[in-house]
Amino acid sequence: MLRGVLGKTFRLVGYTIQYGCIAHCAFEYVGGVVMCSGPSMEPTIQNSDVVFAENLSRHFYGIQRGDIVIAKSPSDPKSNICKRVIGLEGDKILTNSPSDFFKSHSYVPTGHVWLEGDNLQNSTDSRYYGPIPYGLIRGRIFFKILKRFSKVLIWLSEA
Amino acid sequence: MVASALYLTNGAHQYGYECLTGMAQSKGWVRRYFKAFCKGFFVAVPVAVTFLDRVACVARVEGASMQPSLNPGGSQSSDVVLLNHWKVRNFEVQRGDIVSLVSPKNPEQKIIKRVIALEGDIVKTMGHKNRYVKVPRGHIWVEGDHHGHSFDSNSFGPVSLGLLHAHATHILWPPERWQKLESVLPPERLLVQSEAE
Repeated sequence: MLRGVLGKTFRLVGYTIQYGCIAHCAFEYVGGVVMCSGPSMEPTIQNSDVVFAENLSRHFYGIQRGDIVIAKSPSDPKSNICKRVIGLEGDKILTNSPSDFFKSHSYVPTGHVWLEGDNLQNSTDSRYYGPIPYGLIRGRIFFKILKRFSKVLIWLSEA
Repeated sequence: MVASALYLTNGAHQYGYECLTGMAQSKGWVRRYFKAFCKGFFVAVPVAVTFLDRVACVARVEGASMQPSLNPGGSQSSDVVLLNHWKVRNFEVQRGDIVSLVSPKNPEQKIIKRVIALEGDIVKTMGHKNRYVKVPRGHIWVEGDHHGHSFDSNSFGPVSLGLLHAHATHILWPPERWQKLESVLPPERLLVQSEAE
């Protein structure tokens, strides 16, 4: 009786480890589903939108200007930020707000990218904390679920 | 004659049937082997990859930036260190730890350095454009033990904790250099002011 229970427990633990590892590999090397919160990418991505992110571009260094990426926040490594890549290394970037009369610019250093949110009035991005290293980028967003369906998904997960 | 014909066709039918089952059995053997291989493959590879990414892995150290702690022999013999990912899963490091991180200047490369200061500390730099630097929130200051021959925070400034890769805990090879790496700050790099005080 005890042996049966032990055997079942071990099998369950084994399956959990196996599927956990497969999930880790999928999220780390292929991609996954992400829910974004915050107003900094409106109107492209609204608050609590569900998007698909892929990680292959990061591993093959295929991130281009104009891509929307998910990256680790430079001031808090446990939280993620979702912004658009405005400049790659070596690009010349305007770093002032549109109301300034004198335009100031700087160059993006090697190994870094310049990120900005689409909602420029309401976004803390590279204009605030400077260019971030490429190594902080987690993945690239390439697909957004329509608002109608994302409401269905959120409802299902709360049920 | 009809009976013999029937017998022949029956025999041929039986012979064909035996052939088919024989083939099915050998094909079944191949199919079972293939199934077992797939099962093993899909279990072993993700578990191994997850272990190497999340728990621990091994790496060879190159370069002279951490002499004399690592690679004292120069290019003759490179140390092999044990990198512990599990300890830094919450980005908790102490001053004096030897850590590996993604290079901020080249994302394809990993560098191994010692943590000198955590967020909020003020560091007296050696060769940086500012004499004193306050480490911002979410960043750390890393330096190699061999000052002057090290590409570290004195060149690229404080690094974000998100670039942290692993904590180097032991030297595994060569065998005469088996040891646990201690987390000590070099005495000449004591802080000007630390947040804890």
